[in-house]
Amino acid sequence: MRRFIFLTPLALSLIIGAFAVWGLLNDRNPSEIPSALINRSVPSFDLLPLPGLNSPGLSKKDLLNLDKVSIVNFFASWCLPCRAEHQSFIKLSKNDEIELVGINYKDINKDALDWLTELGNPYTYVGNDFSGRTGIDWGITGVPETFIVNKNGKVVHRFSGPLVGERFEEFKELLMLELR
Amino acid sequence: MNYLKLLFISFFYLAPIASSMAVEPDEVLADSKLESRARDISTNVRCVVCQNEPIDTSNSGVARDLRILIRERLLAGDSNKEVFKYLVDRYGNFILFKPPLTLSTALLWFMPLLVFALGVIILVGALKKASPLNKSKIFIVPNEKKLDVLVNKKGKE
Repeated sequence: MRRFIFLTPLALSLIIGAFAVWGLLNDRNPSEIPSALINRSVPSFDLLPLPGLNSPGLSKKDLLNLDKVSIVNFFASWCLPCRAEHQSFIKLSKNDEIELVGINYKDINKDALDWLTELGNPYTYVGNDFSGRTGIDWGITGVPETFIVNKNGKVVHRFSGPLVGERFEEFKELLMLELR
Repeated sequence: MNYLKLLFISFFYLAPIASSMAVEPDEVLADSKLESRARDISTNVRCVVCQNEPIDTSNSGVARDLRILIRERLLAGDSNKEVFKYLVDRYGNFILFKPPLTLSTALLWFMPLLVFALGVIILVGALKKASPLNKSKIFIVPNEKKLDVLVNKKGKE
């Protein structure tokens, strides 16, 4: 029994070491905040359209009436990563099984219009969240942020940051699982 | 020269005060009681952009929006608890600096107590072993006869 006591420091350091190795090798990003919305219904909101744009505004009711899996993308013309991920959404907009909708976050009307004219408008609905209040209701920490909402209007996934490269592949995989 | 020195020194004393004031004048409520409640709440709310800073001192846009939102909720008659609930509904418990006691945070809350208890147990155990009373039982008393025998043996040799 006495002899085993001398082994406790070794055992403790092994346990602590195992945690350290787990923390280093693990793929997780500690600064990524888990969304509080996951598995909950879409928050209540009702946004006006962008003046001058063909797409209608966006509300919770619109999302619930779609009866489709939808992607809700928060974007802004002043946000560079949004520009980077825009081509991903142009690609996704060709898929009829999903509804791709946008929320223009804290943007100047004209800038947003120019941006959508230049890069193309993949969204069927675009809500104008000039105050950023709807962004808070969705619990976003910045733009871009993208949510996958299932047919019943429940939020199933949240991605913060641009959907490009590997992240976009990961996003598509989860989206396909929802469509099944 | 002395004035210059004073100015120089006072700059360094005042600089940290200035930088810790993120609340902008247009946000401040006229009602000082509500304002102090708002300050109290916002020092306990984590900024979601610069994550180790409370929104009270953060200069990020979302932090400012949340400060204004908190003041709006207070003006609408919310209690502090209701304001916190409003924020947690949107951002989760992550937004609180003080995690609430739930099943998943129980270990976090009780670990210090557990470690303390473990320390007490080890300490009591060690003290018992080291006490002179114990020693006399283990060492002196049972060996008195043996010693006697040894001494007598030596004497014979």
